[in-house]
Amino acid sequence: MTEPTVHKQVKSIVFGVLSPKLIKKMASAKVVTPELYDKEGYPVDGGLMDIRLGVIDPGLTCKTCGSKLKECPGHFGYIELARPIIHYNFITLALALLKSTCRECGRVLIPKNKIDGYAKVLDDAEKEGGISARRAKIKSIITALKTANKCPWCKSRQQKFTLEKPTTVYENEKRLTPIEIRSRLEKVPDEDCTLFGINPVAFRPEWTVLTILPIPPVTMRPSITLESGERSEDDLTHKLGDIVRINQRLFENINAGAPEIIIEDLWDLLQYHVTTFFDNAVAQLPPARHRSGQPLKTIAARIKSKEGRIRHNLAGKRTNFSARTVISPDPMLDLDEIGVPTEVAMKLTFPEKVTEWNMEYLKKFVERGPKKYPGSNYLVRPDGKKKKITDETKEQVIEEIQPGYCVERHLMDGDIAIFNRQPSLHRMSMMCHRVRVLPNKTFRLNPAVCAPYNADFDGDEMNLHIPQTEEARAEAEVLMQVKTQLISPRYGLSIIGCIQDAISGCYLLTNELKLPRDKAVELLLAARETDFSTLPSKDVITGKEIFSVLLPKDFNFEGRSKGYTGNADEDKKNDTVVHIKNGKLISGIMDKANLGEGSGLMLRNLVKLYGEHRTIEILGKIFRLGIETLLRLGFSCGLHDTDLPQKSKDEINKMLSDAYKDVDALINSFNEGKLEAFPGRSVEETLELKILERLNDARNKTGLLVARDINKETATMIMANSGARGNPLNLAQMAGCVGQQALRGKRIEGGYFNRTLSYFKKGDLSPGSRGFIRNSFKGGLSPSEFFFGAMTGRDSLMDTALRTPKSGYLYRRLANAMQDVRVEYDKSVRDATGNLIQFNYGEDNLDVSKTEGGKINVQRIINSVTD
Amino acid sequence: MTNEIFKEYSKQLPGKIIDEVKASVPKNITKAKLKAIFKEIVEEYDSMNVAPGECVGLVSAESIGEPGTQMTLNTFHFAGVSEMNVTMGLPRIIEILDCSKSPSTPMMEIHLKSPLNKGTGIKEFAEKIKETKLKECLKEISVNIGNSTLEISLDKNKLKILRVTSAKIVKALNTSLKGYGVRETNDLIIIKPRGKEDTVFNLFKTKEKIKGMYVSGVKGITQVLPVKKGDEYIIVTAGSNLKVILELEGIDPVNTTSNDIREVATVLGIEAVRELILAEVSKVIDVQGLNVDIRHIMLVADTMTISGNVKGITRYGVVSEKSSVLARASFETPLKHIMTAAISGERDTLNSVVENVMLNQMIPIGSGLPKLTYGK
Repeated sequence: MTEPTVHKQVKSIVFGVLSPKLIKKMASAKVVTPELYDKEGYPVDGGLMDIRLGVIDPGLTCKTCGSKLKECPGHFGYIELARPIIHYNFITLALALLKSTCRECGRVLIPKNKIDGYAKVLDDAEKEGGISARRAKIKSIITALKTANKCPWCKSRQQKFTLEKPTTVYENEKRLTPIEIRSRLEKVPDEDCTLFGINPVAFRPEWTVLTILPIPPVTMRPSITLESGERSEDDLTHKLGDIVRINQRLFENINAGAPEIIIEDLWDLLQYHVTTFFDNAVAQLPPARHRSGQPLKTIAARIKSKEGRIRHNLAGKRTNFSARTVISPDPMLDLDEIGVPTEVAMKLTFPEKVTEWNMEYLKKFVERGPKKYPGSNYLVRPDGKKKKITDETKEQVIEEIQPGYCVERHLMDGDIAIFNRQPSLHRMSMMCHRVRVLPNKTFRLNPAVCAPYNADFDGDEMNLHIPQTEEARAEAEVLMQVKTQLISPRYGLSIIGCIQDAISGCYLLTNELKLPRDKAVELLLAARETDFSTLPSKDVITGKEIFSVLLPKDFNFEGRSKGYTGNADEDKKNDTVVHIKNGKLISGIMDKANLGEGSGLMLRNLVKLYGEHRTIEILGKIFRLGIETLLRLGFSCGLHDTDLPQKSKDEINKMLSDAYKDVDALINSFNEGKLEAFPGRSVEETLELKILERLNDARNKTGLLVARDINKETATMIMANSGARGNPLNLAQMAGCVGQQALRGKRIEGGYFNRTLSYFKKGDLSPGSRGFIRNSFKGGLSPSEFFFGAMTGRDSLMDTALRTPKSGYLYRRLANAMQDVRVEYDKSVRDATGNLIQFNYGEDNLDVSKTEGGKINVQRIINSVTD
Repeated sequence: MTNEIFKEYSKQLPGKIIDEVKASVPKNITKAKLKAIFKEIVEEYDSMNVAPGECVGLVSAESIGEPGTQMTLNTFHFAGVSEMNVTMGLPRIIEILDCSKSPSTPMMEIHLKSPLNKGTGIKEFAEKIKETKLKECLKEISVNIGNSTLEISLDKNKLKILRVTSAKIVKALNTSLKGYGVRETNDLIIIKPRGKEDTVFNLFKTKEKIKGMYVSGVKGITQVLPVKKGDEYIIVTAGSNLKVILELEGIDPVNTTSNDIREVATVLGIEAVRELILAEVSKVIDVQGLNVDIRHIMLVADTMTISGNVKGITRYGVVSEKSSVLARASFETPLKHIMTAAISGERDTLNSVVENVMLNQMIPIGSGLPKLTYGK
């Protein structure tokens, strides 16, 4: 293990280009032959796999640094190019330089007296808008220079340059060879370079033309040995092989005095190979391919894109001490606990430092070994060397152990772990839990924390990470604990709350339920409440009183239940005004509006007044209380939940028939041309809008009817009313009428000529032929109705499939643009460069995750003072 | 008397809170109680302050990015009969943050001065604004094959509303049609090709062409809808042309808005753009029924506008302004950034987040901000 002390820190990185001189100097070998291995399979000297370039075979030692596999970092080599080659990525720069410098004397085509002016303009631009502004300015200067045709320095005439993509330059129809280009660029003096944004220390214009090519070390292009014992070389090695081969051929031809045409062909071929070595996706060139036909992955492709070096390996990190498995719910765990399977706990370890006080304690872990829980897997010596603990070695290890050593012991109850579910869209997607080692093979979590992770149990998997140092542990505990993440920084309300059964249960409990005292105590005990001092000493206890036991004794709160209407009588009848006084729930039903995530201020106030720790304790108890209540009462929904009396069925039928008639009348008046258009709309649009309005009205009325006539005592209705799951609309669709299916905000227009399905007449505008589903889900849909349902279903599937990548990209852009924006010690908001973005964060300095819904609750404070 | 106290605390608390206290405190409150209230509020306010080093940028990005997955892709939004089609949902957010040159549904809300805002004469006014093409004020246009001429008969009522005379149309036709003679006879405008007879095909082509000729109104305003909003009448338009509309007589230039970011930037300036981004993004999020705190949107709007020009959240906009080479390279087009950096010998001082992640170093945000290390 490394010392936790900071030894060195990189302060800055300077970018630059390797000069030909430097390439030669740092090279440890000159590559002269395209051969890789000799007959014995040993790397050829002067070949591409030369052992001076690093070793990738076990057993060999590097000739340059003398170290073995995995220790040798690899060394660059070089090849001398027979003829200069243009570097593809610098061609635009080379062209710009050619165009705006003199062909004779190499000076910029700017008169002597104006150069300083331009330099000043550039400096000003940089001061104003940073380096990107300077680059923009340079660009505009270069475009202006293209038209100059006489050198102000030596008065020679200038020619026109054209670029034939990708790398051929013409001067007035005459082809310029890289040799000529290079000799021209050599003439550009250093002081003129700065005008092109070139730093003469880092770069010289003539380096855009390569005379020497560095060969990357073998270690960055290792070959793999196939099962058959055959070697398969890396794409880069293949490409380099091509370059070396053609380069050798070119050399030989030049020396042999071959005809110019052959030399030029070879030269072009070499140019092609070098270009594709850098970038194999140049628009005008056919990509170099394997024999199998798949394109080679060369340098540019290694760096670029999501799978490239930067985003995949540098900005993305991998960790040890992590685990992943399926998750399942366990409401008996606390909110900030996580159930870890024993098998996982025996693989994941925490390095505990041996001191003289815990030596005996840790020795026991070593004694149990790696196979018995709780044991240990490794012993880390002070010099960082690791020793595996096995049944054979453990005695020896116990002998050796002394303060300063480190024992990697198995994960135990109470250890700190970071739990995560992808996609990690917000900071609550990674939270810190306390470990609870449990039997079986899934991670267990309290269903109340599903909301922040956006998890369910239909097969979701989640990841677990174990922080390995005390600092990491401390940071995770202070900043990432579930209890510190109760309030969402998105809107300042509780994001963790009761869900599903817990809400139904609390709803039933606080809604007129009465229990005998012993049952009440049993219920509370099951919810892990042990303090019964506030339980009234009566024989029959109401649900509200049971619920009140969980609340702090001095908690005062006023709120609303889900069905709150604002009508005083109605609210009294429905018991929807929540009033908690001194820890007693006096009136009101506990439902989603109070216990659910993201809604209501009850949980928010609990956090405010009693702190996070107390709140999650209370929340856990409320959750369990709800579930236990349901357990005792029994709760199941069936088909008969959606039964309607015959009378209301008839009523719904009549209502829909009326709507159909009205729509028919509308269509008739349209056909007779009597329909008057809305302003700014055509008659057809008006008709559509009117029909849509009429049908929606009918559907809404059936909804009301269903809500009025359905049996309110059923489990389905309780779930809808408490907000646990479903809503009255779902119920109306099941029992009454499904309603209009809409595509893009309109009735279904359909893919056949003038009709939706071939089953209908052409030009039929009636509700049934345009996607109105008159039946209920329970009653069963007709074939055409079912088809319409499938159409909208498919549409929504498409919508989701298209939305996910779009919003993902938006998120990535936002995150990249704003990741460095932070609050400074002077309370201003600045980015990494120090640009001031806001004087005070959000204009008032409030941290959303500390506010109540983005505000300070002034009213509450006034009430508390004036009362 | 209590005013002093309000004044005293206005240094410690944002004005918004002071105003809220002013509004909700009972009128006859005693000085002592008011002071007590303020003391509590200040205490609460201080406890709610952002901590230095808080990575508010990333939190904002999360807060807008995360609900993005829940937004509908449904492009259009109709609410009731008298609404316009407006791009809504995720595409609109993307459009705003991209700062795309032309929004897919440019729109204006034109507020009016009295008496127009009471609804008198609003219909005529709206008609006048609307960009009218010739085809909209036609009774008939026909091709007379016998004479090989085009015959136009105009809709007199429409012309009256638009206050355009037929002579003006004739003049406009004359200038826009080359090689044709235009003549007006009682109710008809006759267009005759000069010189040799035209083919029927060409006549039909010309007919379609002149149908789209501009007659009157404000260019770019394709649809107008007078709407009652609150107790006021306003005109909602599809298409936007702030510059011309703001100079019109009878409109209320202070409240008139457009949703075209680029246009607002050129006509009204950067401060207006910031407000517009804030308003538009919150509108979309509200319509979707999502809950995102205004501070997050504000921060995004501020980063987009802080340089004095609108910068989109794209590789050409905000991200290209970053000083760190590696931060830019890790976003998009890494080769381009590394190449230019190499040519100019750029130095990356590792001030922001990704560069330090790449190097496995502490990031200068949150708990990584304090420059405190311990020795051996």
